[in-house]
Amino acid sequence: MASRPGRGTGLTAEVHSAFTHLRRLLHLICLISALPRARRSVKQGPRPIAREPDGRPVVAPGPRKELNEVKLQRTIRLRTAAVGALVVSGALVLSACGSDDNSGGSGGETSKAASNIKCDGEGKLLASGSSAQKNAMDVWTQTYQSACGNTQLNYKPTGSGAGIQEFLQGKTAFAGSDSALKPDEVAKSKKVCKGGQAIDLPMVGGPVAVTYNVSGVDDLVLDADTLAKIFDSKITKWNDPAIKKLNPDAKLPGTKIQAFHRSDESGTTDNFTKYLNTAAPGSWKHEPAKAWAGKGGQGADGSSGIATNVKQNDGSIGYVELSYATGNDLNTVKLDTGAKEPVEATTDNASKAIADAKVVGQGKDLSLELNYKTKTEGAYPITLVTYEIACDKGNKKESLDATKSFLTYTASEDGQKALTEKGYAPIPDEIITKVRSTVDGLK
Amino acid sequence: MATENPPAPAGPARAATRKGDRIFLGLSKGSGIALLAIMAAIAVFLTWRAALAISADEGNFLTTFEWDANATPPRFGIAVLAFGTVVSSLIAMVVAVPIAVGIALFISHYAPRRLATPLGYVIDLLAAVPSIVYGLWGALFLVPHLTGLYEWLDDYLGWTGIFSYEGGAARSLFTAGILLAIMILPIVTNVSREVFRQAPKMQEEAALALGATRWEVIRMSVLPFGRSGVISASMLGLGRALGETMAVATVLSPSFLIQTSLLEPGGGTFAQNIAAGFKEAGSTGRDALIASGLVLFVITLLVNGAARLIIARRKEYSGANA
Repeated sequence: MASRPGRGTGLTAEVHSAFTHLRRLLHLICLISALPRARRSVKQGPRPIAREPDGRPVVAPGPRKELNEVKLQRTIRLRTAAVGALVVSGALVLSACGSDDNSGGSGGETSKAASNIKCDGEGKLLASGSSAQKNAMDVWTQTYQSACGNTQLNYKPTGSGAGIQEFLQGKTAFAGSDSALKPDEVAKSKKVCKGGQAIDLPMVGGPVAVTYNVSGVDDLVLDADTLAKIFDSKITKWNDPAIKKLNPDAKLPGTKIQAFHRSDESGTTDNFTKYLNTAAPGSWKHEPAKAWAGKGGQGADGSSGIATNVKQNDGSIGYVELSYATGNDLNTVKLDTGAKEPVEATTDNASKAIADAKVVGQGKDLSLELNYKTKTEGAYPITLVTYEIACDKGNKKESLDATKSFLTYTASEDGQKALTEKGYAPIPDEIITKVRSTVDGLK
Repeated sequence: MATENPPAPAGPARAATRKGDRIFLGLSKGSGIALLAIMAAIAVFLTWRAALAISADEGNFLTTFEWDANATPPRFGIAVLAFGTVVSSLIAMVVAVPIAVGIALFISHYAPRRLATPLGYVIDLLAAVPSIVYGLWGALFLVPHLTGLYEWLDDYLGWTGIFSYEGGAARSLFTAGILLAIMILPIVTNVSREVFRQAPKMQEEAALALGATRWEVIRMSVLPFGRSGVISASMLGLGRALGETMAVATVLSPSFLIQTSLLEPGGGTFAQNIAAGFKEAGSTGRDALIASGLVLFVITLLVNGAARLIIARRKEYSGANA
C-alpha cells in the first residue's frame, strides 16, 4: 500500500469497525437469548447463604422470632442470591459467547498455513518475555499448535526484562525481548548456552503511533523536533507557531497540551525516546531508556492506559503501539520525516523503515539498528523491532527441535504474513532470510 | 484465652490429656510457629536483596529524587515514594474515617432494622470489589468528574499552595487518596460497627434513664467505649491504603518529583512503583524495587506499632480489653 494522502487507515479501518459492530450485535443477541436461562436458574432458588457477609451465622428462622422479621430476612437473602445468580449466569453466557471471537475469520487460513509447518520435537516448549509481541505469539501459537500437537507451546508475556532473566536461568527455551541483549547479558548467557552464546533474532516489527485528541483537528503533521519539544513540555499550547508551521490549514485551538507517557517501564518508551534522541538530538537531551525521562506531562499505566486517557482528554497526545490506536479509533499523527509526503503510521510503512535498518549484531546475532533519520519515501521511523532470543549453540537438547521448528514457522512467509492482521509489521525479506538461515543453524 | 471453656472445673485439677488435645495443641502451636517463620523468611529475603541494591546505589537511597535502577550506574532513592505513599494514605484516612464512623453509628444506633441490614450488605459489597475494578472505575469515571472539585478547591484554597491546580486530567495523589478512601471505607465501617454494637447496653440505658438524648448517649457511652476499636479499624484501613497497588497505578500519573500542590499530577507510591517497574526490571532494578518494598514493610510495622501504643494507652476506656 503506497502512502495515500487523506486521513485514517482507509479500508482496513472501515472493515475493522464493521466487524466490531457485528460482534457487538452478536454479543447482544447472545445475552438476550441467555436471559430466560438465567431467570430459570434464579427461580429454582439457589441454596440459602449460610452466613451473613459480616460473619455472623444466619439464625434459622425459629418459631420464637417475630414473623415479619423472618420474612424480611428471607426476602433479602433470596433477593441477594437471585441477583448473584443472575450476574453469574450472565457472565457465563457472556464468556461463552466471547470465546469464538478469536477463531473468527482465520479458520480457513489456519489449516492452509498449518500444512506448511514442519513439526519437530515434542513435549513442552516454554518461552517468556516481551508483552509487545504477545498478540503475535498468540496467533502463531494457535496456528502452530493446530499443526503440531506433540508440542505444547507456552509463551508468558512477563515483560522483556523478566523474560531475559528466565532465559539466562535456563528456565525457558527462548525469550522474547523489545531490545537487543546487552553485553553483560551476552556474557552471562555463556553459562546457559554450553559452547555458544545467546543471539537476537528479529521477528516482529511494529509501528509506534503518536495519537492525539484535539477537537476540530483530524489531520495533524508533526516532525521529530516538535514531538520532542511537546513531550518535554517546551511546547505547551496546540496553537504554538512550530505546530502551525507544519499544519498551515488546520484550525489549531489554544488548548493546553497534555502529553501522556508510559508510567511503567516499557520497550515502547525505549524505542520512542531512541527516535526522539536520534532524530532530534537538539531538543531531546535525555538518555533513551525504558523508564520515561522527559519533563512534565502525565504518566499512564500501559498502552491501554494511554489510549484511554488520550480518548478522554481534549488536547492530549500520547504514543502507543498501532493496534491500540486503531482499536480505540484514535487519530494518529503523520510524521514529517523530510520525505516528500508526511508518513502515516501503518504496518507497511513500518516495514519500509525496518528495511532501512542495519544489522549490527556480531556473528550470528542479528540485532538491528534502525535508521531513525530515514528520509525514504513512506518509511515510518518510530518502529519497534522485537527479538526472539535463543542460544546459537548449546540449546537445551530436549527443546532444541521444537524451538527450531517453531521459529522456522514464525520466520516463514506464512508466519510473517499473519502479523499484519494484528497491527504488526513483517520483517522485510532481506533481513528475514538471514533469520531463517540462522534459525536453521541453531544447535 | 482462659475463658474458652466456662463449665471447666475450677482449681488445679489436671484433666487427663487426650489424643485430641495433643493434636490440637500441636496444630495450633504449628500455626503460630509457621506464622513467625513466614514473617522471618520475608524479612530476611527483603533485607538480603535490599542490601545488594543499596550497596550498588550511586545516589542516596533515602534522599535521591530519582529512580534509575536499571541504568549503569544505578541511581535511585525512595524519598518521593515515601512521601506519596504517606500523603495518599493520609488523605484516604482523613476522608474515610469520619464517614466510616458515621455510617457505623447510623447502622448500629440510628437506622431502623429494615434499613440497617441492607446497608450492611452494601458496605460488605464494597469490600468485595477487586482493586483493579476500583482502578478502572477511578480512571474512567472518577478522574473526569473530579475536575469540578479541583477547580473549586483551586478557587477557594489555591492560595495555600497545597490546592493549586492548573488544569489537565485530575490524576494526582489527591485523586488516589479519594479512591483509596472509598476502598478502605468498608473495612473501617465494619470493624467500627461491630465495636459500637458491643457498647454495654446497661450504660446506654443508664444514660437514657438520666435523661440523655441519643447523641449524648453516643458521646458519653458508645464513643469512649469504641475509641480503641475505631483506632484499630483505621489502622487496618491504613494498612490497606499503604499497600494498595493496582488502583493507584491506574489513576495516578507518577513522576519522581514532590509537588507542593496535591492536585498536580506527580509523585508515586511504593506499591505503584513496584508494579510499574517490575516487569521490565533487570537484576539491580529488581533488587532496588525489593528494597523499596522493605521500606514499605518498615513503615507498615511502625504504623501498627503506633496504633498498638495508642490502644494500650487508652485501655482504661475500653471494656473489650479489660
